[in-house]
Amino acid sequence: MKLLVCIKQVPDLESRFKPDAAGTWYNEADLAFRMNEYDEYAVEQAVQLREKLGEGTELTVLSIGPDRVVEAIKKSLAMGCDNAAHIQDPAASGKDPWQIASIIAAYAKDKGFDIVFTGMQSQDRGSAQVGVTVAELLGFACTTTIVGFDYDNGTITAKRELEGGIKGIVKLKTPALVTCQLGLNIPRYPTLPNIMKAKKKEITVIPVAELLATEALAATTSFHPPAKKGGGIVLEGDVGELVDKVIAILKDKTAVLR
Amino acid sequence: MKTLLIGEYREGKLLDSTYELFGFASQLNADTAMLLVGSEAQLPAYGGALYLADAASCGEYNPDLHKQLILEAVQKESPDYIVFLHSSYGWDLAPRIAASLNIAQISEVIAATDGGFEVGCCNAKMRRTVKASSATAVLTIQAGAFPAVQPGGSPTVQNLAVVIGGALEFVGYEPAEKKDVDLAKAEIIVSAGRGVGKKDNITVIQALATALGGELGASRPVVDAEWVSHSHQVGTTGQTVSPKLYVACGISGAIQHLAGMKKSDFILAINKDKDAPIGEIADVLVVADVMQFVPALTAKVAR
Repeated sequence: MKLLVCIKQVPDLESRFKPDAAGTWYNEADLAFRMNEYDEYAVEQAVQLREKLGEGTELTVLSIGPDRVVEAIKKSLAMGCDNAAHIQDPAASGKDPWQIASIIAAYAKDKGFDIVFTGMQSQDRGSAQVGVTVAELLGFACTTTIVGFDYDNGTITAKRELEGGIKGIVKLKTPALVTCQLGLNIPRYPTLPNIMKAKKKEITVIPVAELLATEALAATTSFHPPAKKGGGIVLEGDVGELVDKVIAILKDKTAVLR
Repeated sequence: MKTLLIGEYREGKLLDSTYELFGFASQLNADTAMLLVGSEAQLPAYGGALYLADAASCGEYNPDLHKQLILEAVQKESPDYIVFLHSSYGWDLAPRIAASLNIAQISEVIAATDGGFEVGCCNAKMRRTVKASSATAVLTIQAGAFPAVQPGGSPTVQNLAVVIGGALEFVGYEPAEKKDVDLAKAEIIVSAGRGVGKKDNITVIQALATALGGELGASRPVVDAEWVSHSHQVGTTGQTVSPKLYVACGISGAIQHLAGMKKSDFILAINKDKDAPIGEIADVLVVADVMQFVPALTAKVAR
């Protein structure tokens, strides 16, 4: 069997974001990048399936972006992916979800993948489109937001997370694509021996121009902070003084402290 | 301008969130048609055109089939926008429609602006304005971003013929886990987020909850990491709460969490990140390390 997991590298979301020169995305200076959290669950699920199926199964990890994304690729290899495709694109952040999905589909279409795993969305862009669009382009069965996964003999049984804590259980036949929700599993930390082993695994570099054949369908015209609504009080300073201020406010504004 | 709104129906019921689609359409001053895979017995209170397919024969979750039904309605209506809720139903289906029609999709719209649509990004800390270059576009709107509007009246129903099929087999629903804590009744909730750092630190948050006479709540990452059980989770996939006092400790304020607690009477947030989105709705944001501030507050409250 052939498995593919698609990952994205995103900035640490605790960072402060400033617009870039064009004003349409964030300025990357001073940002630390790491694997998109949803994708860690996708990688873990793919690796678990790879381990269950054993010999004869090949798991490829794919990422699109500038050279910095190799770091996230290496982490996936250390978690247990067999090999990698780095689709080299310094301008990936300017592409819309349709183009990103088209690139992945162009890469995957003649490779005979049985199951493709993606995160349900990226933490920075958050469009939740790429996975489903890849499935449409490849003609794969697809389900989203999974918090449970099982595979047996060509059939995936997935548990989808719905609103209010309800789950929906679906079965789909491979070839299929699933998008992974937080909490699907507990992503492993790469061990030192596995990090060493990963250094020998092959990373195929493909310039994006070889795969990109679509124009963007949507354009970002502005990237900016939300308008401040005001009203809320922001308190900073010495912890002891903050506590006194907060207690005074709670006594004044709520009925819960006397 | 014309919108085709895609209503939602689950476990035999029209979902109230469907009315937020009308709220969105009325902000655009757009004409509306709606498509619903639902039931004759659960029609929306709306006097316009309704394309209806029977969920009992189509399945409530059968995206390949629902896609075909929506494409049929799109052909009849030629809408400018095909509008879904950004929900487990909408985000699953919307990209299938956009890909089939080769048109733009703009996800999780929070406002319509002159130049396009405003969407959140970077964990709700930032915004983007996005413009479609295709004449028609698929939109998903953020839950709660637009008011629920009941236009009133009864729809003119056009039944859609159902072609059986689809790549998925829907097995059934699994009910939400039983709650050992009913947070909906709590007057005070002190919630722990990822910012508390590690599992051992939950006791510090619990201590403040106890000192205030409240219950312990939690955000999703803390539950996923198994620091706190799911029955304490506040948010879209947990419990929706409206206590007199909500204390958010180290919670950045993901949309899904905010949706579950923004109706609280008074919100106190403690976060070391001054720009955390929780600050948008907090009455008081204390910019401090949770593990320094919370024990100090507990000590003063308990005295």
